[in-house]
Amino acid sequence: MPEATPHRAHVWDVLFGRLTLDSLPFLKPDLEGRIVLATLVVVLLLGVAILGLVTKKRLWGYLWREWFTSVDHKKLGIMYMILGTVMLLRGFSDAIMMRAQQAYAFGPHMGYLPPEHYDQIFTAHGAIMIFFVAMAYIVGLMNYVMPLQIGARDVAFPFLNNLSFWFTFWGAILFMVSLFVGDFSTAGWLGYPPVSELQQGPGVDYYIWGLQLSGVGTLLTGVNFVTTILKMRAPGMSMMKMPVFSWTTLCTSGLIIATFPVLTATLFLLSLDRYLGTHFFTTGFGGNVMMYINLIWVWGHPEVYILILPIFGVYSEIVPTFSGKPLFGYSSMVYATAAIMILSYLVWLHHFFTMGSGADVNSFFSLTTMMISIPTGVKIFNWLFTMYRGRVRFTVPMLWTMGFLFTFTIGGMTGVMLSVAPADFLLHNSLFLIAHFHNVIIGGVVFGVFAAVNYWFPKAFGFRLDEFWGKASFWCWLVGFWVAFTPLYIMGLMGVTRRLSHFDNPALQPYFIVAAFGALLIALGILAFIIQIGVSIMRRKAYAVGGDPWNARTLEWSTSSPPPAYNYAFVPNVHERDAWTDMKKHGFRRPLEGFHPIHMPKNTAAGAVIGALSFICCFALVWYIWWLAVASFVGVVAASITHTFNYRRDFHIGADEVRTFEHTGNWQPEAQGANA
Amino acid sequence: MSHPTPPGHAAPAGHGDDAVHHGTLRGYLTGFVLAAILTIIPFWLVMGHVLDNRWLTISIVLALAVVQILVHIIYFLHLDAHSEGGWNLMAFIFTVVLVVIVLGASIWVMYNENANMMPMPMQHPYQSK
Amino acid sequence: MNTTAVDNAGNAPSRFLCHEEPPAHNGTLLGFWIYLMSDCFIFASLFACYAVLGTSTAGGPSAAEVLDLPGLAVNTALLLVSSVTFGFAMLEMARRNKGAMLAWLAVAGLLAVGFVTLEIHEFAGMIAEGAGPGRSAFLSSFFTLVGTHGLHVSVGILWLVVLMVQLGKFGLTEANIRRLQCLSMFWHFLDLVWVGVFSYVYLAGVLR
Repeated sequence: MPEATPHRAHVWDVLFGRLTLDSLPFLKPDLEGRIVLATLVVVLLLGVAILGLVTKKRLWGYLWREWFTSVDHKKLGIMYMILGTVMLLRGFSDAIMMRAQQAYAFGPHMGYLPPEHYDQIFTAHGAIMIFFVAMAYIVGLMNYVMPLQIGARDVAFPFLNNLSFWFTFWGAILFMVSLFVGDFSTAGWLGYPPVSELQQGPGVDYYIWGLQLSGVGTLLTGVNFVTTILKMRAPGMSMMKMPVFSWTTLCTSGLIIATFPVLTATLFLLSLDRYLGTHFFTTGFGGNVMMYINLIWVWGHPEVYILILPIFGVYSEIVPTFSGKPLFGYSSMVYATAAIMILSYLVWLHHFFTMGSGADVNSFFSLTTMMISIPTGVKIFNWLFTMYRGRVRFTVPMLWTMGFLFTFTIGGMTGVMLSVAPADFLLHNSLFLIAHFHNVIIGGVVFGVFAAVNYWFPKAFGFRLDEFWGKASFWCWLVGFWVAFTPLYIMGLMGVTRRLSHFDNPALQPYFIVAAFGALLIALGILAFIIQIGVSIMRRKAYAVGGDPWNARTLEWSTSSPPPAYNYAFVPNVHERDAWTDMKKHGFRRPLEGFHPIHMPKNTAAGAVIGALSFICCFALVWYIWWLAVASFVGVVAASITHTFNYRRDFHIGADEVRTFEHTGNWQPEAQGANA
Repeated sequence: MSHPTPPGHAAPAGHGDDAVHHGTLRGYLTGFVLAAILTIIPFWLVMGHVLDNRWLTISIVLALAVVQILVHIIYFLHLDAHSEGGWNLMAFIFTVVLVVIVLGASIWVMYNENANMMPMPMQHPYQSK
Repeated sequence: MNTTAVDNAGNAPSRFLCHEEPPAHNGTLLGFWIYLMSDCFIFASLFACYAVLGTSTAGGPSAAEVLDLPGLAVNTALLLVSSVTFGFAMLEMARRNKGAMLAWLAVAGLLAVGFVTLEIHEFAGMIAEGAGPGRSAFLSSFFTLVGTHGLHVSVGILWLVVLMVQLGKFGLTEANIRRLQCLSMFWHFLDLVWVGVFSYVYLAGVLR
């Protein structure tokens, strides 16, 4: 602002903190500015289109009443899944940009991304994929499925569930805002100091506050799910009769409770360094950078098990269903899960073998890391033995499961290679490591999420997903994954390091071109998935299914598809593992009379309000807009206290209403058609 | 079976779910006296410079702290094997195990890294010569 | 696709359903306990930092030079007595004795206010002497650990005030009793953490 007088500049400083017009990257005339501008235009157009459509169809009231303020675990689960999918598109665009840059930037060609921008992209890619894609997906799945599986009407703390969602949502929005207002962090997905210390601009603050918001949301979810499982199981469902997915939800939630506070504390200390000038992780005044790395991995390693355990649960539901057999080795599956939960807390140092802990420390953590592959191997064999001599139906969920078994096992083996500390001295920070963790996270978590979506979608919406596009998506992902990451394994063994935006050696270029081609195949896989959803919605009449389309084994398939708000008109009384199979075996008949009113939690706007105010507070903190930060923080406290004065948090669904639904709900259209 | 079975309780907090233990006057006073004693001893040890060996003093102070934490857990927080069907105790044991791992292993790891990698001026043996 | 005739709805009572709603189990107390367990990990991280950084004084004052043990003794006594008086309030609550309960709660709250006031006074004094949190890694970790505990106590006081208003206004309802039980756990938990703080940070700290 050329005409600004010092006085006006002062007013600007107070009002907007360190936010100036220079902070807006899309106003810059260079290539980077153009890219951001183009993205902004597309996002704005899309946003206006969506908002316009919602307004035109007069959906705002519906969305607010039925979704945003909903405390129904099923609706929150679906919202998490949508959030995860949107963020997958964002995180994957980052991946494509990196692949394109690396395929091109050799020798004299510097590529289209300057190093500063490239660093932001790999930071955003990693953080988004873990926190807002993988976490959103698994929390969404656990939210939707677990209460149904244990025969509960909702979670133990329905309001907190809603609040958790909004914290995660606004954390994601904070990451997205950093695209257009200011820059993002360039410090890598875990924000190692000293790169993330004060000399870095507001990008790191976006990173910190985005993760703090979503981290608190995840922690509350963990507390909520553990309480739900321990207190709200249907009568008769002892711990060892609980479906394996619910078991893995319990273990994952336990890990969340034990690790996310460490993440919160670590990021809090980093923010103290940045805001108050303390010296935890600085390079002077006695600060210790390695303490950050130690603490962040105390959270970081269990985090990967937080992601994979529920997915192991997903496979443990899918494999028995489509093999027509009970799960092989149920108890060993449960014990393996519990063992992984504890062991995952004892391996974190393998992320920094090379930092100089010495031989004794490295040996200890090397051994624990190798040990954790044992319970994982037990699980793999359990799934294989479940399929053995079963009538395996090769449906889409089962295809994803087979793809997982193949891909994840190889990823696990390269992991064991990395766990050998001397080998890690050669392989650390190389593309081999990148290939390894993508191998387990894509081959494990992402495949599992797609398997789960294909498996439970009919339950959530009452119609199944298209098979052809599902298979197309699967094959594109599977082949695309291997084409994209095999070159990275090879280059990693040759010593090529990660996070480089330019290479001098032209001999590497063919590998990167192949990898970019693989990324394109994955892009087709994502496209096929979106087409699959679209096609299935259009053909929803033809694809309609009843309550139990897969002839499945657990309780959630005994209710209507989609289930009513109250899940079960009568709380199930469980006698065996695989409770629904047991009911079917004994010719269970669903009662149509004798209903009673059902006690349910009421929707509340408090979660949406507190979440939005927290977002404003965090945004203000990023830009040092102190008045706004204080005001919105006071708002958060006031809204929370106000919420505690609301004692009327529940209501009853009348017996008549239950009766109406039980007569019209969607259990088995085939049978209804026959009656009509 | 033609009649609904009485809900056989899976939720393990079967008995006395809502009858929460509020403690007794005797319990609170016992806890208070024990806690006071366990507080006074370490203060006396440190402020009165009772022992010459400071590592011994530190060990005693920390051991008494552990005992006092147990006193608080039992007499003030009323943790026992029965509350909430034993899940309170399970959660507590789980937490203690993992907290010990975090604290112990962090100190071990960082001690080794400091020794190997970061000779800091304050602790450096040859610096003070 | 279905091979079993499961949808033939019938009206005979089934052993697979509870035809009467099983009693609801309120998970609040267990959930709050689990939340407290998660809070242990926040403190564990901060204790680990103090353990690692507690001797990194960077030429600044050491623990023995800045920490005030007599003040600490007063603070410890305040918190311990506050913990016990909260217990007395819970006993009155069990007897449905609202007035006495509120009185004991007020005493517990005032003692905690005294604790926080003394702590702020101690912090202000240290900062005035040039021993603020930015002076060295030791002081950063000291202020953060002790300050985080103090912040918890302050949140507890705010919660207590709100809850006393609610108890006064709506009485000893089921929901209020549950909330008071949660706050009671929180209160005792903070005293428990303080045992770790005064033993490890202060008493062992000045000897290191």
